[in-house]
Amino acid sequence: MRARVIPTLLLQGKRLIKTRKFAAPVYIGDPINAVKLYNDKEVDELVFFDVEKSVKREEPDYAFIEQLCSEAFMPICYGGGVKTVAQMRRLFNLGVEKVSLSSALFENPELVREASDTFGAQSVVTTIHTKTGFFKKNSIYNVARRQSVPGNVIDFIKTAERLGAGEIILYSVDRDGEMMGYDLDTIRTVAPQLNIPLIGCGGAGEWGDLKSVIDAGAAAAAAGSLFVFKGPLRGILINFPTQNELRVILQ
Amino acid sequence: MTLVVLDLKIANVGSVVNMVRRIGAEVTASADPHVVGQATKIIFPGVGSYDHGVQELHSSGLFEALSRRVLVDKVPILGICLGMQLFTRRSEEGQLDGLGWVDADVRRFKPQNSTIKVPHMGWDYVALGKSSPLFYDMSDDARFYFVHSYYVTCADESDVIARTHYDIDFVSAFQKDNICGVQFHPEKSHRYGKQILQNFIERVA
Repeated sequence: MRARVIPTLLLQGKRLIKTRKFAAPVYIGDPINAVKLYNDKEVDELVFFDVEKSVKREEPDYAFIEQLCSEAFMPICYGGGVKTVAQMRRLFNLGVEKVSLSSALFENPELVREASDTFGAQSVVTTIHTKTGFFKKNSIYNVARRQSVPGNVIDFIKTAERLGAGEIILYSVDRDGEMMGYDLDTIRTVAPQLNIPLIGCGGAGEWGDLKSVIDAGAAAAAAGSLFVFKGPLRGILINFPTQNELRVILQ
Repeated sequence: MTLVVLDLKIANVGSVVNMVRRIGAEVTASADPHVVGQATKIIFPGVGSYDHGVQELHSSGLFEALSRRVLVDKVPILGICLGMQLFTRRSEEGQLDGLGWVDADVRRFKPQNSTIKVPHMGWDYVALGKSSPLFYDMSDDARFYFVHSYYVTCADESDVIARTHYDIDFVSAFQKDNICGVQFHPEKSHRYGKQILQNFIERVA
């Protein structure tokens, strides 16, 4: 089975944006249009993160997510503002394949267990952000609160697995939008300690990076900028390797 | 043809409905036993736990209505993922009896090798066995999207139409007369999945 390669798309309301280090959002375009373009390119799956919902403590925009899903002939993972099993059920009914929980890991970790018991682990993704702090020490980062969280990174990730997460997206905040390569050291350390798929996210700048993160132990490679920008001037262009190109890239 | 997508509120029915509409067929999403009683073709998508699916079948009054429509009236039905699994006798995931239309059971992946992760999640291939209209004109490089921790094992080998290897060789598609099941998600498998749904609609009698 070829490793998955996943465009990670950021929503700000009904707009598609791309950030650098989770700041300085650039408008990319219409998310519905992007889904149609990725359909044509037969991408493995799409991840949407609404970057504002947990910050503003708002509910997911169900009607809009339903529109996204109805256009998508690939699995969709949604994250942003999800706090309850009832919200998750609603999202699955709209056509979301997987729901990503992130802030919940800090506010209500039991939600992960409850969700996993109710819907099956395969539908529950936890997205865990890391950020380099003092003395280059990697720490867990709460994006909704914009603060680092004390404690051991590996322990935190293993807790998410123990709670019942079906897979984990490990998202490097420092590398977001920087296109300088994935945080391979962390992936290499974490992947062998998990029994569930680990998805590397943050930093992909060229196709070769996708292979690097898979070789480091990730089950899948996620990327934002790589699939929405083209060239050194970051011209906006929705793009994705062809299936043949992917085969060669990941060989 | 009256095509009904069973909507038990246990699955993402929206994408199935939309893909069927792309094919050009008319479709109704419903869990009403009367609507199901009129259906001449049924698609049953499902995700989530086995017992929850069985309970929803009972509480919606569909357990008997559906069995009658499928076993007595011989209406073609396509189960997707948990939908397929519910056609079997039972699952290691739960305590409740399934629909039992196909002599098959559902087991959990228990890989000895820790590099094989559960759930089996992602795009994978199928090895075709017994010829079936479901895979009519399918290209050799067809790949399908799987997300599951449990798999089907058939007691009667002649029901198996496709297998996929993940830790073990499991049944990724079966057909017993008018009863079809696929473990993968056609509605999330681009043109290959569309072909499966189209074949079911146009060719499974």
